Amino acid sequence: MSDFHYRLGKDGVAVITWDMAARSMNVMTLAGLEDLDALIGIALDEPEAKGVVITSGKPDFAGGMDLGALVALRQQAGGFPAQGLFEGLMRIHRLFRRIEQAEKPVAAALPGTTAGIGLELALACHHIIAADRAEARIGLPEIKVGLFPGAGGTTRLVRKLGLLAAAPLLLEGGMLPPRAVKSLGVVDDLTPPEAVLETARDWVLAAGPDEITKPWDRKRHRIPGGGPYSREGFELFAGAAAMVNGRTQGVYPAARAALSAIYEGALVPFDTALRIEARWFVNTLLHPSAEAMIRTLFLDKQAIEKGARRPATHPVGKPVKRLGVLGAGMMGAGIAHVAARAGVEVALLDADAEAAERGKAASARLTEQAARRGSLNPGAAEAVQDRITPGTDYTALADCDLIIEAVPEDPGLKARVLAQAEAAAGPDCVIASNTSTLPITDLARALQRPGRFLGLHFFSPVEKMLLIEVIRAGESGDAAVARALDFAGQIGKTPILVRDARFFYANRCIIPYLHEGLRLLDEGVAPALIENAARLTGMPVGPLQLLDEVSIELAAGIARATRAAMGARYPDAAADRILSAMLDAGRAGRKAGAGFYDYDTRGKRQGLWPGLAELAGGARVDPDLAEVKDRLLFVQALEAVRALEDGVLEDIREGNLGAVLGWGFAPWSGGPFSWLDMQGIDTALARSETLQATHGPRFTPPKLLHDMARDGRQFHAPLAGQGAA
Amino acid sequence: MSDAYIFDSVRTPRGRGRADGGLHEVTALRLSALVLDALRNRCEIAPDAIEDVIWGNATQVGEQGGCLARSAALASGFADTVPGLSINRFCASGLEAVNLAAAQLRAGLGEAYVAGGVEMLSRVPIGSDGAAIAVDPTLAMEKCLVPQGIAADLIATLHGFGREDVDAYAVQSQQRAAAAWEDGRFHKSVVPVRDINGLMILDRDEHMRPETDMAALAALKPAFREQGEGMPGFDAVALMRYPQLERVNHVHHAGNSSGITDGAAGMLIGTRAFGERYGLRPRARIRATARVGTDPTIMLTGPVPATRRALEAAGMEIGDIDLFEVNEAFSAVVLHFLQAFGADPERVNVNGGAIAMGHPLGATGTMILGTLLDELERRDAATGLAVLCVATGMGAATVIERV
Repeated sequence: MSDFHYRLGKDGVAVITWDMAARSMNVMTLAGLEDLDALIGIALDEPEAKGVVITSGKPDFAGGMDLGALVALRQQAGGFPAQGLFEGLMRIHRLFRRIEQAEKPVAAALPGTTAGIGLELALACHHIIAADRAEARIGLPEIKVGLFPGAGGTTRLVRKLGLLAAAPLLLEGGMLPPRAVKSLGVVDDLTPPEAVLETARDWVLAAGPDEITKPWDRKRHRIPGGGPYSREGFELFAGAAAMVNGRTQGVYPAARAALSAIYEGALVPFDTALRIEARWFVNTLLHPSAEAMIRTLFLDKQAIEKGARRPATHPVGKPVKRLGVLGAGMMGAGIAHVAARAGVEVALLDADAEAAERGKAASARLTEQAARRGSLNPGAAEAVQDRITPGTDYTALADCDLIIEAVPEDPGLKARVLAQAEAAAGPDCVIASNTSTLPITDLARALQRPGRFLGLHFFSPVEKMLLIEVIRAGESGDAAVARALDFAGQIGKTPILVRDARFFYANRCIIPYLHEGLRLLDEGVAPALIENAARLTGMPVGPLQLLDEVSIELAAGIARATRAAMGARYPDAAADRILSAMLDAGRAGRKAGAGFYDYDTRGKRQGLWPGLAELAGGARVDPDLAEVKDRLLFVQALEAVRALEDGVLEDIREGNLGAVLGWGFAPWSGGPFSWLDMQGIDTALARSETLQATHGPRFTPPKLLHDMARDGRQFHAPLAGQGAA
Repeated sequence: MSDAYIFDSVRTPRGRGRADGGLHEVTALRLSALVLDALRNRCEIAPDAIEDVIWGNATQVGEQGGCLARSAALASGFADTVPGLSINRFCASGLEAVNLAAAQLRAGLGEAYVAGGVEMLSRVPIGSDGAAIAVDPTLAMEKCLVPQGIAADLIATLHGFGREDVDAYAVQSQQRAAAAWEDGRFHKSVVPVRDINGLMILDRDEHMRPETDMAALAALKPAFREQGEGMPGFDAVALMRYPQLERVNHVHHAGNSSGITDGAAGMLIGTRAFGERYGLRPRARIRATARVGTDPTIMLTGPVPATRRALEAAGMEIGDIDLFEVNEAFSAVVLHFLQAFGADPERVNVNGGAIAMGHPLGATGTMILGTLLDELERRDAATGLAVLCVATGMGAATVIERV
């Protein structure tokens, strides 16, 4: 069964249609490449074929490369994976070059979303026509899994657009609506969706010889904006290196490799540049960071989203048609918004009718924003808003499939609204609490049917954050779990399934990170060093800035509750001391306009509050950067291991994914468990013990690490470990 | 082993490095040849008397490319048998030319050299020869490279020099340079630049602004803030190496940084025997030389370790040096030097420096060594040290003593 089909039309246009069997989205496999190669050969050899259109038999063009194919290439190469990968890439380059240098016109007709190698294939064609569909996305997202476009996309896009325009597409990996990529010059033409194929045929039949020669295959081609040693290009390339360096803090090998491929490629002819691109791509692919990112953010993410953790006993039911949201604050409104965008009817309830209206208005602002950016067309935007019905009356919950409670974190209040909601809802309805701090098991006591109840912990801001923690309490039934996981998928989020315990998984690990920042401050470490060291580990935000974002008041409240629960065993007095000193100084965080940082009147962060120096009581220490970095990462990673040991976490795939998507744990590492693997379990154990000796029991290595070190085990087998490699 | 002696030293006036600058119409070749001829004529040596012309230049492309040293030798009155060696250690090229000549003399290679350098910044702009270290990600990203201005601001931030400190130093440089010109202290060495018909083109450093005061400087905006904090954001790169800092304090601007100028300078350096043959009195002995590499991010801290190394080689201590020339690439570079050694400011750059008079990169090293020598003679002092910071994290120093 071929992934591509060939048909020669009466008009002499050969149409090669990408249409993988039994898949809703095309992805490029090794077999697919061979199919395409063969069909291109036929089209170019057949005298009756005047030209070629490459299109898709599905609503979208392609989702990208099947990363499994890269793993397979690596395995085929046996003990010398670099050789196998390099040769595999050069085969792709030869195929794409054959298309690009064909003497017959070749057009790409993109009916919808086109990602990764799909776009790289299109870029090798002579002309790209895309359907003007607001919901379609076109781009090169490879950088997000620790790679960069390695099928010629990097080399072609820089030569087509210049470094300035190409760099964000290559190095940020954004997927943009067709209109946006058209205005950047990535695609050549937009047409109404129904006319894509015809427009492409017409172009092929009309194309003159000049139109089928790429600029870079002409003499004296010059990269738009200039190469690195041209007068105007020099600053551009110097600036790009600095910008990428500053933004990635040096921890993402793919960004650096992509920029090297661009720089070195810009100095040589096109075919040599492709070879250089292949060398850097192989180098990246063999880097532990890329391996970890692919595993966590692609393979494991896909497996989880396909239901790897779904109770097998429960068949996939109908999607949630109607959702009840209790509490129209920031979280409630956000949940209502993402559900409405996914086509779900939402009853957005609040005790206060005006608050409910405000919640709907907040969603409207997000919808308008999406429409302005072209990712939602105006008709669809209106439909989204129409799906949200604000109100105060619980009878609106009668025919809901799912109800999510998002009222303030007050156990009494929550118990009351949950009981009321259960009374108003049908017997099949699943009820969830979006609490981030209260035990689900305790809240379940308020309900008659605790088996239909669980936690659904959304992250803020809901419309941006991709993770949901599904918390299974003691009595939560499989049916409820299955519906919660399915709902997460329905609204485009990635769910992880964890057991009920204080702070679940994500907050359990992020709080020690915040507290470590506070302890460092308390010891007299320069606040800038704390924040910069955190960023140098790959954390997106330093602990002090994060505390400002979540609010110091909230952090102090959580600390108070924890202290009450733990009594004498409570270990974080140093952190509390700083938190209460901040509150005493009237600095409750960003919303209050003052926290660890100063803010201007519009809430823009200025700089660290100079008064922080006095919080340490005059102490001043200058630890090694490496020590500070280790403390900030180990304190999180060891807690993740403890969560696994305790059974809160049942699957390290979820532990990695939840950490990266939920709180931005050093994404380059693929998550805490793969970060520990990269350190080496022996090394991690020894380092934890050293940190424990200096800084206390929070760094005591869990038994699991001892056992693994003793047995020579790691959390993950190498990616190519299965099979021949 | 033969000691190396300085017999003569000349420099051109420094023209503003712009299209309306006084030397803009003069080629790098002609300005170089003019210096070579001035030395030969003043010292009355035979056209073939020297072993080599070692010529520093920081931007060896276009008219400064193609081994300008050899071209300059051929364009001068020296014989065709005198070769030429172009060298590049960026801002210290002119000092390295002297150091290299001295080293070769000590090694017994020849009896005399002309060492010096040229830079026509109005004609061959900085960076026009490219630089992998700025654009090749394998190096630029790995080593956290930032432009010199950001590096200078980083020094100021790290060592606590505020805007007033760097501006005050700049005002002093202007005042000292003006006073030195007024007093005729440069006359011994400055060779006026005349045209092919003998008409005057430039006879005085034209970059100076003696009227500069604190208020005038305070009005200037920091020159490197935009590229540091805005696009492309070099500060974030600098902080990757200096994470103890929250931000870079941008204090430098055109008024407290070295001036972009055109100019050339040269010295005749030889053995004692060479001097005796031509009846030349040695003015100073080159006692020690040093070159160092430092952290390339902060880039401009080289003068401190280069000075330490030169002193060590000379068997001297900082207090043994009567006068210092520390190239005024940026105010903070000199303030850092003063802070590191606790040196007496009244002995450092006493006749002003590159902030007032300009910094023709490849020539400056020779120029400040010449200025140092003239001033030692004027004061009848014995020892001097000249030192420069160098792009990409280097430094070079020379210790001389009068004989």
